[in-house]
Amino acid sequence: MKTITEKILSSHAGRDVRAGDIAVVDVDIVMAQDGTGPLAVSQIKKLGFSKVANPAKSIFFIDHAAPSPRKELSDSHKVLRDFAKESGARLSDIGEGVCHQILVESYVCPGDVVIGADSHTCTSGALGAFATGMGSTDIAVGFALAKTWLLVPQTIKVNFNGKLGKGVYAKDLIIYLIGKITADGATYKALEFSGSVSSGLTIEDRFTISNMAVEAGAKAGIFAADETTNRYLGQRGRAECFKEIRADEGAKYEAEIDIDCTEVEPMISMPHTVDNTMPVSRIDKVKVDQVLIGTCTNGRLNDLKIAAGILKGRKIAEGVRLIVAPASRIVYLEALRAGIIETLIESGATVISPGCGPCVGIHQGILGDGEVCLSTQNRNFKGRMGNPDAFIYLSSPATAAWSAVRGFIADPREAL
Amino acid sequence: MENNNSAKIKNENASLNGNDKNNKDNGMMRGRGFKFGDDISTDLIAPGRYFHLRSNMAELAKHVLEDADPGFASKVKPGDIVAGGRNFGLGSSREHAPAIMKIAGVGAVLAKSFARIFFRNSINIGLTVLICDTDKIDEGDMLEIDLRKGVVRNLTKNLEIRFNPLPEVMIKILSDGGLVDHIIKNKGFNL
Ligand code: SF4
Repeated sequence: MKTITEKILSSHAGRDVRAGDIAVVDVDIVMAQDGTGPLAVSQIKKLGFSKVANPAKSIFFIDHAAPSPRKELSDSHKVLRDFAKESGARLSDIGEGVCHQILVESYVCPGDVVIGADSHTCTSGALGAFATGMGSTDIAVGFALAKTWLLVPQTIKVNFNGKLGKGVYAKDLIIYLIGKITADGATYKALEFSGSVSSGLTIEDRFTISNMAVEAGAKAGIFAADETTNRYLGQRGRAECFKEIRADEGAKYEAEIDIDCTEVEPMISMPHTVDNTMPVSRIDKVKVDQVLIGTCTNGRLNDLKIAAGILKGRKIAEGVRLIVAPASRIVYLEALRAGIIETLIESGATVISPGCGPCVGIHQGILGDGEVCLSTQNRNFKGRMGNPDAFIYLSSPATAAWSAVRGFIADPREAL
Repeated sequence: MENNNSAKIKNENASLNGNDKNNKDNGMMRGRGFKFGDDISTDLIAPGRYFHLRSNMAELAKHVLEDADPGFASKVKPGDIVAGGRNFGLGSSREHAPAIMKIAGVGAVLAKSFARIFFRNSINIGLTVLICDTDKIDEGDMLEIDLRKGVVRNLTKNLEIRFNPLPEVMIKILSDGGLVDHIIKNKGFNL
């Protein structure tokens, strides 16, 4: 009787492993991005390797500062481009999008072990993979040997049951959960998402939830691979990689958390921690200077569509900057073809190239002193968007879009 | 010990690999305590706005912990000890966070709990990280860590704080001098 995590890690350890075991496991996919990749490259070289073990599934992403805003970063990008060529690894260059989005679009299959030098690597757990973030040195070893070591984590099962109300989305569920269990409520643990609401969620909604598992400290955030997963992989032309993955009846969980989604309202995280949460309906009037819709958390087609639905025929408030960053080139193109980008631009949005955009405070929307940003990203730590004297709130794309129209943080149910 | 560490600060290519030999030799470390609260994120330790300095860690180290304590980098001396609260190092996977703490001279980090990736990164690059009750440590206290006995002595307050031993695998990696050296020495994992 195993959890999803125990199943996947057993199949990659070549023996039966259980929560609490230390295992050296085979790794299917290894990645680093432009912030962590250059250090990984120098560690790979220190290990004495010039090739990666599994070139087709070793990827360097240039997404955090893409296109490069300054020469030091251009040099780092060059390190990655050169090493990709030399080592045989894949390179995902500027304009292609955020690493986690491209991984789920084009690489990850259910049952895979995925490691990445980026904390939100847990996003891929939504496809029924065991995916976790590590640092550059661990990832260097992963590139060189296609192996890593892991403590097989205990699993906390989160049951999302009930019904999602109007204006309530996956983002609200995960913010609500993190508020409940706190920013270290799942440290070293895997979260397994279950319950009737989970199985009804679209794959994009699942990406949003798995993406933020690490904001509760979790090592992984996993959904069963089911018919929804199968359909998604089919649409992406990758039907052959589908296999069903679910936990055994009677698997041992460290804890179970029951969430009645009927009670969840549109939520926000307030500065400066993700677990500082509150229903939108209960906060005082907070004026916003900038709104960001995008990132690996909420920059997908359906997110942009929901925002456009609210912004159609409306203008953003005076004094508000609305920045939209599609998560990938594929998302961007699909949104263009569906007329979504046009609607967003007509409302006053500034659309930037696919990638991380201003999420990590390097470029394309750094906040001024005392400014407030409402963002659909996953993190609101002090200094995150480039200025420790600014204030970041987090919400769903619907709340973000409606707030851009009102000029202050506002309840999207008013617009629906 | 001090000479060795300050030499490292000046060295642009300060090595990330290898445990501090000086600490390991007798298992003792001594330094002033710097006190921080809960939830010290990697954004506070290595702010994203210095992203372009990641290829120049000696420069980046001049901004270590800047958004939590703006004067930290100029105050910290080799061997000093950082004492945090809960969930130290939460946030991104950037290994630069523990790396620049080490380069700036921090001898060890004590905290009530650590975020997973930060903890693992620290071991991989040979920064000592220990889980213990830090409530009995105040800014400026003289601390002595006895790695063998598993205690932190607060010399200023004249009391002892026990810490949890590191997991066996991590001791192996640390004693091989970090993950890269472990892999080279054993021609792969030997955990
Ligand atoms: S979009 Fe933000 S959270 Fe996601 S990978 Fe990029 S910087 Fe990290």
